[in-house]
Amino acid sequence: MHRGLVADLKLTVDTSTSDERAAVDAVISPDDHAVIHETERLVRGGTERRRDRRHLLLPGLHALQATAGWISPGGMNYLCAALQVPPAEAFGVASFYELFRTDDPGHDQSVHHVCMDTSCHIAGAEEFAQQLESEGKQVHRGPCLGQCERAPARFVQGRNEPDHVPADVPDELFVLPQRAADPDVELRLLQRLGVVDPTSLSSYREHGGYVALARAVEIGPQAVIDAVRAAGLSGRGGAAFPTAIKWQGVADEQGRPKHVIANADESEPGTFKDRHLMEHDPFSLIEGLTLAGLATGAENGWIYIRGEYPLATRRLANAIEQCRTAGLLGADVLGSGHRFDIELRRGAGAYICGEETALMESMAGFRGEPRNKPPFPSTHGLFGEPTAVNNPETLLNALVIVEHGPESFRRVGTEQSPGTRLFCLSGHVATPGVYEVPMGTTLGAVIDLAGGATGTTRAILMGGAAGSFIGADQLDMPLTQGDTRERGTTLGSGVITLFDDSVDFTSLVLRIAEFFKGESCGQCVPCRVGVVRQHEVLVEMSANGGALRNDRNTLIDDMAVAMADASICGLGHTASGAVQSAIRLGLIGSAT
Amino acid sequence: MTKTDDHAETVTQVTVTIDGTDVTVDDGDTILDACNAHGVDTPTICYAENLTPVNVCRVCVVEVEGNRTLVPSCSRPVEEGMEIQTDSERVRHSRKMVLEFLGSGVDLSQATEINEYSARYGADLSRYGDDRQVIDEPILIQDELYIRDYDKCVLCYQCVSACGDDAQHTFAISVAGRGFDNRISTEFDAALPDSACVYCGNCVAVCPTGALQFKSEFDLRQADNWREEDQTVTTTVCSYCGVGCNLELHVQDNEIVKVTSPVDHSVTHGNLCIKGRFGYTYVGN
Repeated sequence: MHRGLVADLKLTVDTSTSDERAAVDAVISPDDHAVIHETERLVRGGTERRRDRRHLLLPGLHALQATAGWISPGGMNYLCAALQVPPAEAFGVASFYELFRTDDPGHDQSVHHVCMDTSCHIAGAEEFAQQLESEGKQVHRGPCLGQCERAPARFVQGRNEPDHVPADVPDELFVLPQRAADPDVELRLLQRLGVVDPTSLSSYREHGGYVALARAVEIGPQAVIDAVRAAGLSGRGGAAFPTAIKWQGVADEQGRPKHVIANADESEPGTFKDRHLMEHDPFSLIEGLTLAGLATGAENGWIYIRGEYPLATRRLANAIEQCRTAGLLGADVLGSGHRFDIELRRGAGAYICGEETALMESMAGFRGEPRNKPPFPSTHGLFGEPTAVNNPETLLNALVIVEHGPESFRRVGTEQSPGTRLFCLSGHVATPGVYEVPMGTTLGAVIDLAGGATGTTRAILMGGAAGSFIGADQLDMPLTQGDTRERGTTLGSGVITLFDDSVDFTSLVLRIAEFFKGESCGQCVPCRVGVVRQHEVLVEMSANGGALRNDRNTLIDDMAVAMADASICGLGHTASGAVQSAIRLGLIGSAT
Repeated sequence: MTKTDDHAETVTQVTVTIDGTDVTVDDGDTILDACNAHGVDTPTICYAENLTPVNVCRVCVVEVEGNRTLVPSCSRPVEEGMEIQTDSERVRHSRKMVLEFLGSGVDLSQATEINEYSARYGADLSRYGDDRQVIDEPILIQDELYIRDYDKCVLCYQCVSACGDDAQHTFAISVAGRGFDNRISTEFDAALPDSACVYCGNCVAVCPTGALQFKSEFDLRQADNWREEDQTVTTTVCSYCGVGCNLELHVQDNEIVKVTSPVDHSVTHGNLCIKGRFGYTYVGN
């Protein structure tokens, strides 16, 4: 496609309010506008400029939503005129996201988003939502909010108040569960959590910050990539792709602007590790991303953080500012002669935007629809330019490798899966939270670390909604890529959710199916329709007292094969995994 | 090396295997191009030869050795030595399911080609519950030129591409919403006459299911008097300006009922403007 060729904008007659104009102007300065006057359309750099500014659409929509409580036709017109985006396209983008409304809410209150997924589902999410409603609050039942350790979770989308999470605690009260259990525990990725002041660069440096980057500047980009390769680091976001291959691919691309992106759109139900890292050690992500920029030769860093993480967003924004002031971001990073800066972008509520190509579409101001691969991001990424997308945990691992060397990194973990891994424990476990253990630690040992199961475990959901259920007989399973695959499950993004024998699995799995129905982007047929039909079969099963007819079981399998084989992206590929595993384990399907 | 049609000798050739047979095609061609050139009939819905492939319908998927999932033949370029299966059990299964999925949610009564595919792959709609979710929306008639019947829409994106950067650059419509609720829409569902629409009709021309129809055709169908078998098609040149667009006048009972342009025409690539598309009533005056 030849995106960005100029369109003759035709706006509707709706006009914006002064509040809406002020909100848009606050995020899109007059210098960012694609035009100066209507009579001088596109005088500033013409179509090129319009292409360049499209990525400001998402921040502009956020500003409108926060001000008016919805994206009004008039407000959108103002934004579209500033950026020269056709209003139909902007509407297509606005209507894609959970956190944007395109109809007048008819009230001016904050909206309380209540998570209805896995851990929250069994922790009384529906009762919690009803209680909030009875208090007269505006409630929106929705997908996972990444706070599974304190289920049932809530995120407040502010109106005349900032977005916030009522359950957030002051820093001085935050204690890492793993350290509380064992004050002497040696941690790599979590070493600074609860120790460092997350708002202070000097505190970060006192606790070992920027030692790794200084080392990277000293040894140079290729040595950094070589070290990461020698360490055998693979991605921690779920796909487990070798990080060095990704970085080398971008490093080898010359002559075009390049990008590194931290994929902080952590949305897999049951995952909350990156939120912990960003809230309590935000500078480490800045340093890690800067390291990736140095290694790949990219000058543009981006953090795409999910919209439901207001505290982490504030912490990162503050960290970026402090690093700029200190010369750790900007024209000459740490005196290396390398230019690198970071822009922070908020998602707006879309699980699919955690898929790297959807993330880049979203960031560029388009609907968060995944692309077909190939071509791959290392050659055709953000704005069609070479891009490496990494999970925050992966970037922190790279810091560890550069600082201490690949041999030291490999001292823990297994030969095939070296290093440590963060696991997010929630559900029926004594002390839910994030735990760091060497790869290859058994599932049972990790659960013990979290204080053990609180009841008789009936099933464990590995890898979140996109993963699969396993039985309590799998506690001896070593947590590595290979071992989990061998047993037909996955590590995914490190989700371990426990369910005891009191759980109504029909209701739980129905909710998982509903999650996928709500989160499919709808671009490709197998996923768009498949997730709806799968949900319908489970609704019917539920209505039949939980009994699944044979022909229905066949239909589920038939649909699962087509979704896994023919969908564009991982969402469709994995949308049946939890359902099928629940049937296999006898958690659902037989009448009660 | 770049492909230049005028200098065939500069085109690099690659050899791939399709269903066990070696075939040689130009570098840069897609798997679908290779299939078409060698008589392997491949179903397509969202693909059109005058639009950039969007690979969303997934009915053209094929199996390529070494790929974990099936790949869309419409957009995947051939590579030397590729081993392609177009009729394996896996391929037939996914094609069948895609056709079942479409048929289970959308009115395909006027989608002749899709119905032929459904018969070929044995799509069985009877196994989907009667109370299943389907697209159910009122027909939009907002002017004298088009109608929009989204019950028939398979969300192939072709109208969006034609209105946007593949042809018209008007950007009056987009996919809006998410998931099964996706709809083709103007901004805030504004009526077409209030939108950026310039009534070129290029969206209607590419619609594969009759979700978008010229009002003239729609009215005749409503009156049960749309008789394609009785229609003649006369090719002429548009008389409005000097571009020289070819017009195909579809005539029934001595009246023009539809105007199209050949997709392979070097000037139009199937596209017209409002004058060529609709400015024909004077002929009958």
